[in-house]
Amino acid sequence: MAGNGLSYSEQGGEAALELAQEAAPTTAPSAPAAFGLFSSDTKKNEDLKQMLESSKDSAKLDAMKRIVGMIAKGKNASELFPAVVKNVASKNIEIKKLVYVYLMRYAEEQQDLALLSISTFQRALKDPNQLIRASALRVLSSIRVPIIVPIMMLAIKEASSDLSPYVRKNAAHAIQKLYSLDPEQKEMLIEVIEKLLKDRSTLVAGSVVMAFEEVCPDRIDLIHKNYRKLCTLLVDVEEWGQVVIIHMLTRYARTQFVSPWKKDDDDVVEEYNENNFYESDEEQKEKDWKVKKTYVMDPDHRLLLRNTKPLLQSRNAAVVMAVAQLYWHLAPKSEAGIVSKSLVRLLRSNREVQYIVLQNIATMSIQRKGMFEPYLKSFYVRSTDPTMIKTLKLEILTNLANEANISTLLREFQTYVKSQDKQFAAATIQAIGRCATNITEVTDTCLSGLVCLLSNRDEIVVAESVVVIKKLLQTQPSYHGEIIKHMAKLLDNITVPVARASILWLIGEYCERVPKIAPDVLRKTAKSFTNEDDLVKLQILNLGAKLYLTNSKQTKLLTQYVLNLGKYDQSYDIRDRTRFIRQLIVPNEKSGALSKYAKKIFLAQKPAPLLESPFKARDHFQLGTLSHTLNSRAAGYLELSDWPEVAPDPALRNVEAPEAAKEWTVFLGKTKKGKPTEKFYSESEEEEDESASTSATESESGSESEKEDKEEGSSDESSGSSSSSEESSDSESESKESTVKKTSRTAEKSDSEDIKKKAKRITKKRNTSSSSDSESSSSEESSSDSKSESDLRSDSESGKSGRATSSKKEEKPIQDRKAPNKKDVFLLDLDDFYPVTSPLSVPAAAVLSPSLAADLEGLSLSGSSVIDVCLLSSELLQFNCKIAASHPSEGS
Amino acid sequence: MIHSLFLINCSGDIFLEKHWKSVVSQSVCDYFFEAQEKAVDVENVPPVISTPHHYLISIYRDKIFFVSVIQTEVPPLFVIEFLHRVADTFQDYFGECSETSIKDNVVIVYELLEEMLDNGFPLATESNILKELIKPPTILRSVVNSITGSSNVGDTLPTGQLSNIPWRRAGVKYTNNEAYFDVIEEIDAIIDKSGSTVFAEIQGVIDSCIKLSGMPDLSLSFMNPRLLDDVSFHPCIRFKRWESERVLSFIPPDGNFRLISYRVSSQNLVAIPVYVKHMISFKENSSSGRFDVTIGPKQNMGKTVEGVVMTVHMPKAVLNMNLTSTQGNYTFDPVTKVLTWDIGKITPQKLPNLKGIVNLQSGAPKPEENPSLNIQFKIQQLAISGLKVNRLDMYGEKYKPFKGVKYITKAGKFQVRT
Repeated sequence: MAGNGLSYSEQGGEAALELAQEAAPTTAPSAPAAFGLFSSDTKKNEDLKQMLESSKDSAKLDAMKRIVGMIAKGKNASELFPAVVKNVASKNIEIKKLVYVYLMRYAEEQQDLALLSISTFQRALKDPNQLIRASALRVLSSIRVPIIVPIMMLAIKEASSDLSPYVRKNAAHAIQKLYSLDPEQKEMLIEVIEKLLKDRSTLVAGSVVMAFEEVCPDRIDLIHKNYRKLCTLLVDVEEWGQVVIIHMLTRYARTQFVSPWKKDDDDVVEEYNENNFYESDEEQKEKDWKVKKTYVMDPDHRLLLRNTKPLLQSRNAAVVMAVAQLYWHLAPKSEAGIVSKSLVRLLRSNREVQYIVLQNIATMSIQRKGMFEPYLKSFYVRSTDPTMIKTLKLEILTNLANEANISTLLREFQTYVKSQDKQFAAATIQAIGRCATNITEVTDTCLSGLVCLLSNRDEIVVAESVVVIKKLLQTQPSYHGEIIKHMAKLLDNITVPVARASILWLIGEYCERVPKIAPDVLRKTAKSFTNEDDLVKLQILNLGAKLYLTNSKQTKLLTQYVLNLGKYDQSYDIRDRTRFIRQLIVPNEKSGALSKYAKKIFLAQKPAPLLESPFKARDHFQLGTLSHTLNSRAAGYLELSDWPEVAPDPALRNVEAPEAAKEWTVFLGKTKKGKPTEKFYSESEEEEDESASTSATESESGSESEKEDKEEGSSDESSGSSSSSEESSDSESESKESTVKKTSRTAEKSDSEDIKKKAKRITKKRNTSSSSDSESSSSEESSSDSKSESDLRSDSESGKSGRATSSKKEEKPIQDRKAPNKKDVFLLDLDDFYPVTSPLSVPAAAVLSPSLAADLEGLSLSGSSVIDVCLLSSELLQFNCKIAASHPSEGS
Repeated sequence: MIHSLFLINCSGDIFLEKHWKSVVSQSVCDYFFEAQEKAVDVENVPPVISTPHHYLISIYRDKIFFVSVIQTEVPPLFVIEFLHRVADTFQDYFGECSETSIKDNVVIVYELLEEMLDNGFPLATESNILKELIKPPTILRSVVNSITGSSNVGDTLPTGQLSNIPWRRAGVKYTNNEAYFDVIEEIDAIIDKSGSTVFAEIQGVIDSCIKLSGMPDLSLSFMNPRLLDDVSFHPCIRFKRWESERVLSFIPPDGNFRLISYRVSSQNLVAIPVYVKHMISFKENSSSGRFDVTIGPKQNMGKTVEGVVMTVHMPKAVLNMNLTSTQGNYTFDPVTKVLTWDIGKITPQKLPNLKGIVNLQSGAPKPEENPSLNIQFKIQQLAISGLKVNRLDMYGEKYKPFKGVKYITKAGKFQVRT
């Protein structure tokens, strides 16, 4: 209740609804019947109470089942609360669960009684069974009783460091619940979120990011250190978590990286036109400046794009859409195209999915036609589609229309116009009108086609055509006479007001071109004036005024008559307009200077209306969001920020090594609290510490910082690739990990010089191949690679430092420290996950003959690619290798 | 995220409600009913509705509306996809997703919903995990439970929940180890009046039924994987392996699941297996018209076309139809104006034909457009794209499984314009 002021709207809304609900039974239409029901209910409740108090579990269970049935139907079962709550400590797990269900529903209403159950949960929170711990936390946090906020806080804190990731996941969920119950706990909760964000379990990642989004979406600084981890874990997070993480990372990336889109030709041309390069000096300068500023994508930005791409293959439409919007908002324009194929695939899905996806495609297709042009035919309409799908498809087809495909499209549209679904037929006519204005080549064809439609039997079709023709004629002031005459004839038959009004407006606007017909039309409509729709009446007045100005001889009396009718009309809009027109056109003593210009005012050249897509305005919403679908800001919508001009320091995302952290605790503590000037210094130093592993070159850090910066990129990349191997190590059980670690360490110590060389050779080879194709993800690069790479670099680095310090003594400690430090750099913060594949290959090579070693290495490489996606135990891998080596064609 | 869920049947009764946060009154559904009324057709109810305090996101499945209440920004597809997953789970548990089955199993439904969402955020949606937490109802089990007093609810955390393969439970055991794969391809096509193809595409899925003990690691390879243009995977498939070798490598879930769905690249010409000769005309100024349709097989690679059904949505002006068919039965529903002709198998020697008189409402104008014909068919033992499974290998387990692959081609959204 303390937070009432803070979240007024939410709580207020709920309160109102509760009131409404309380009021509902009394206002129920079938009051007598309801009354009868209630009486029987109370009776039933009596025996339910008895059953609940019985000693038999089966009776209790029966009673609980019936109560849950009541809750499901929305019937009130709150009076059973005391009887139910007693059973919270039941040994029977099903009874317990059903009591939980009941508690979550009614605890808010019966807070005092609910408190009786708290101690049970507190006990359950200490249960050795993780499922029981987790569900206790779930219920405890779900009963919205403000008094227990401190208990909840304590439980969440405890659960956030539970050994079981499942309990930690539930802790993350509980954070949101506590926050909605008492927003004042925010600061404490953020601390827990910070802690859980560091969690390495894929199970927790999605839930904690959800909590982050709900509690403190603006604390982007909490993400920095976890960014790379989240990127690499993403593939293995469950699908719902993926959606949330991708949306959060989209927002994050927009604040941290510079735009990959070229600024000046934002929408049009992507290619750099070389012919213009040397044209003029000025231009050259400009271009030179541009060349200097050639955009290099931040490796972290690339990492995100690379790691989300496989998710386009997800079976979950929400994940695919999330990746699509990420590419749309973050990827260079040339790369965004890859999402279209997957989006088109979603069109085979359910009606609801189609609806959302089509809406997003509609927005995309306005800005970048090219993306969906190859899939034009996938948007062809079937007569069995629901109308809302049909109109969306039509919208997209219209957006995609260009000179090349317009003829096929128009042929397709012809079929649509004849559709039995008249609403859709009308939309098609609008679409034809838009194509006609956008593509000048076909304007005439479209116009004549629309004129043909004027003789259609269906009134809606004719009316829509009239409206569209009116718009088209305005854009083409040259050629009218015949069409206007034709339309004047139609006036006798058409009853749809919009169409009649359009015709009258057209005749009035171009009355000088049809001098004979116009007065006659006015005569006819003056007769029917009183029976017309308001919209038509206004246009009759308009027509009269225009004719009065151009052809007053014939129409003076008629216009006077119409104006008189208008003067006494029921609608004040029309009376108003009449007075206005009369003052303006009929000269009298009082009329001022304006009437001299009446003709200019009425017959001024009017700008043609723009026929635009209704999806034009939606692009300022992030794609795939509720706000985009509704085209209005939904509550809690988080704006996607513009790209920053200068990217914030990428070093923020570097993760300190735990060892270093120990060494520098004091120092880090300072920097963490944020001294921007010192930050860079400390980071670069650490960087050195990590990558070059020299402790002695501190004095030179200033001069070398530039070099370091350059290297940072490459090291980042390799860390990215190596971290993909962490996914594999994830699958390892804890115990195995430690053993592997040990073996790998010993292997490292024992690795002989020639193996190292070999590794280097392989890395070099592979490096060239991988660098040529930066897109190719690290599937092939096993972790052994990145390790040998690291060997390479640290070797060269140590050489450098050797030169710098010119002492060989210095080098020894460096070599010694290499082993622990290496992993700090290349494995981000996942220090205790050690690459699994390298110990598999390297020690084998050390023992076996070189040729066999090479074979084995190859095998383990392919094996590692398996691991990359889905996690296998190393045992299985070895088994695989064995099988493959001994009988390659085993299986079927 | 998801605040509450209401299940509403076709006649507008709210027969189940579940709240994950504080209670939202049923009256919020009035906005939904309003939209439903406006839409006329159930198909046209907008999936996303905005109300003053909430947003309603709904799906329509098996004659039930699943209406969820949302309070803040959320990706709509997230909710839609989840609701479909709920419906799938009901289907999986009760054999059908219908009002009666949900009402009969209301306790299990409630327990399921409780496990699937926590505070509106999906918790466990994998059917294998759910089935360990809450056992599906069977007659035997309910009898045993009533005698022994044991429950349907598991008391330990499903192993899958913690592992990196959440889709598979541990300790699976079968006496007969079997793995079946159904390659099902559907042809989506629009054929125009003259019989030429406006648009044709092949979409396929591989549905699997895996009953293998232990932790088998399967890899499935194709003779011609290049055919697959765009593929979406079950989470169990190792993406990198597919990228590099075009092999489907996976540790399968237990039971039935959809392994992949794919689209055949659009460069390949689609062989349309049937052709339709049609003559539908409405005479001017007379209250009748003619209807004459013949269906015949075409390029079917020696396989018979079976299960052929034609449905036509006739124009509103049609009162009745007086037809004779050479094969199969036809029905015309004068209320919905839907003509259904169940043909069955097509034999090339004697082509099925449906011919007769259409009675129109007298005085009504002649229908503008001829109705389009929707056709369904099935061809057994054929994947129309030519996709072929090469081999299935199993690693990680020692026994020899029984393996089977079945091909079938169906009509998807197959429409002939007339």
